[in-house]
Amino acid sequence: MIDRDIKSDFPTLNQKINGNELVYLDNAATTQKPYAVIEAIDTYYKKTNSNIHRGVHTLSQRATEKYENTRTKVAAFLNSDDEKEIIFVRGATEAINLVANSYVRPLLNPDDEIIISQMEHHANIVPWQIICGEKKAKLKILPMNQDGELLIDNLESMINENTKFISMNHVSNSLGTVNPIEKIVEIAHKNKIRILVDGAQAVQHIPVNVNEIDADFYCFSGHKLYAPTGIGVLYGKKEILDEMSPYQGGGDMIKSVTFEKTVYNDVPQKFEAGTPNISGAIALGTAIDYILDIGMENIAKHEDELLRYATEEISKIEGIKVIGNAKHKASVLSFVMENVHPHDIGTIMDTQGVAIRAGNHCTQPVMDFYSIPATARASFAIYNDKNDVDKLVSSVKKTMEVFG
Amino acid sequence: MNDWDELYLEVILDHNKNPRNKDELDNFTHEAKGHNPLCGDHISIQLIMDGEEISDVKFTGSGCAISTASASILTEAIKGKNKSEIEQLFGNFHDLVTGSGNKEDLGKLAIFEGVNKYPARVKCATLSWHALMAAIEGKKEASTE
Repeated sequence: MIDRDIKSDFPTLNQKINGNELVYLDNAATTQKPYAVIEAIDTYYKKTNSNIHRGVHTLSQRATEKYENTRTKVAAFLNSDDEKEIIFVRGATEAINLVANSYVRPLLNPDDEIIISQMEHHANIVPWQIICGEKKAKLKILPMNQDGELLIDNLESMINENTKFISMNHVSNSLGTVNPIEKIVEIAHKNKIRILVDGAQAVQHIPVNVNEIDADFYCFSGHKLYAPTGIGVLYGKKEILDEMSPYQGGGDMIKSVTFEKTVYNDVPQKFEAGTPNISGAIALGTAIDYILDIGMENIAKHEDELLRYATEEISKIEGIKVIGNAKHKASVLSFVMENVHPHDIGTIMDTQGVAIRAGNHCTQPVMDFYSIPATARASFAIYNDKNDVDKLVSSVKKTMEVFG
Repeated sequence: MNDWDELYLEVILDHNKNPRNKDELDNFTHEAKGHNPLCGDHISIQLIMDGEEISDVKFTGSGCAISTASASILTEAIKGKNKSEIEQLFGNFHDLVTGSGNKEDLGKLAIFEGVNKYPARVKCATLSWHALMAAIEGKKEASTE
């Protein structure tokens, strides 16, 4: 269990919003940052700032060492055997675009197929639509049931000789469903199809082991894991990354350049053109240290207890319907209120200091599936506690009074 | 007094619960849709224009309390007005909800003044207006800001 005051590690949480103590429950959008992470950025710019991989001077070597040190930490965090399998990107969105463009696009021919699921974030829909449109390929959608669980028994029959790639989220950002991703990867590999797993909503909530999952690609965003915005990770199996063409051209991704011919650098540098987000990467390393110190098992247990408590309490309120009732969920509680639009819920709750998200959560197809325009979504992180849930519940009740 | 009282005035809550002129027009001359992709709100405005003048207006669609009440009050505010009067009215209304105008000459529309403290809700208050302006100009869809 988490037995210390986590909230005091996060300066943003210590403030009043509209006269009330802030209750931050929009963690699926982005998490707050602990002092350690903020100080890591501060220290980097005060003491280390320099470009990496190219200087012989001391600062450059220090910056390079810290940057590469995070790569090693991320590899260990995901249980990858080889830090060369870790590519720094801007976030999960860029990771998916990288795989779509550098791995999948060259494989695609007219009438080929890519499979995604009904509960994907727009970031795991649109990149595939773009390349499918260009190559006249098809995007096929693995359906889900009313509880928000994927019908994975359908997957096998959706796969045929034209299926070239599968991409699915590990945890749904609007429903909270934890998908049986090992099983999905197993089905993909049995049919000799490679798969990307979008872990943007997973790594901060549950222990992730890329060896056990066996996905060919796995990605996440740093800012949902207590790190800054603008840094994320693409994990890819080394032998696949070696085969792939670069995503962007520029400095640092080359071994030699003449006007006639360029020899690309080895992975991971092949995919890291230009000066990267050095301070972001270093701070991501600090964020990983921070959460590993608390322990992923402890985090998973704490958040699971909160989610259960919140679901139970919210469900008691007449007129509230929880959207997403999968057996296995993480952190996310989406709900709708009879006759009250989620935007109005969000505004009234904000006046109480309770920050939730109201909208389609970049999952418009999920909203269409439930025939709703939007949901109100509370999502939990390590610093939330039962008191936060109680405030959530009381402000939901107040909202109902206003519109009653 | 609650924090939200300036936004969710009784009149707004009433128009949300019992929207006026929420129906289809049989013989409309102009129609345009407004859609806010962020929240899924969509509102369709139908008009009967007699030359430059609006002789009837109705709306359909679904949205939050602010966008529903705004559409409802809009239908009451513009009936009988001509194109240039409506352009002027929308300009003043837009200034009011974005915090740069005052409520003079706005009549009942002045109740939306509270929106200016909620920048995220400006689009809710103006969605039906954008649809209205598009309809008057003969377009099918409103361009969002």
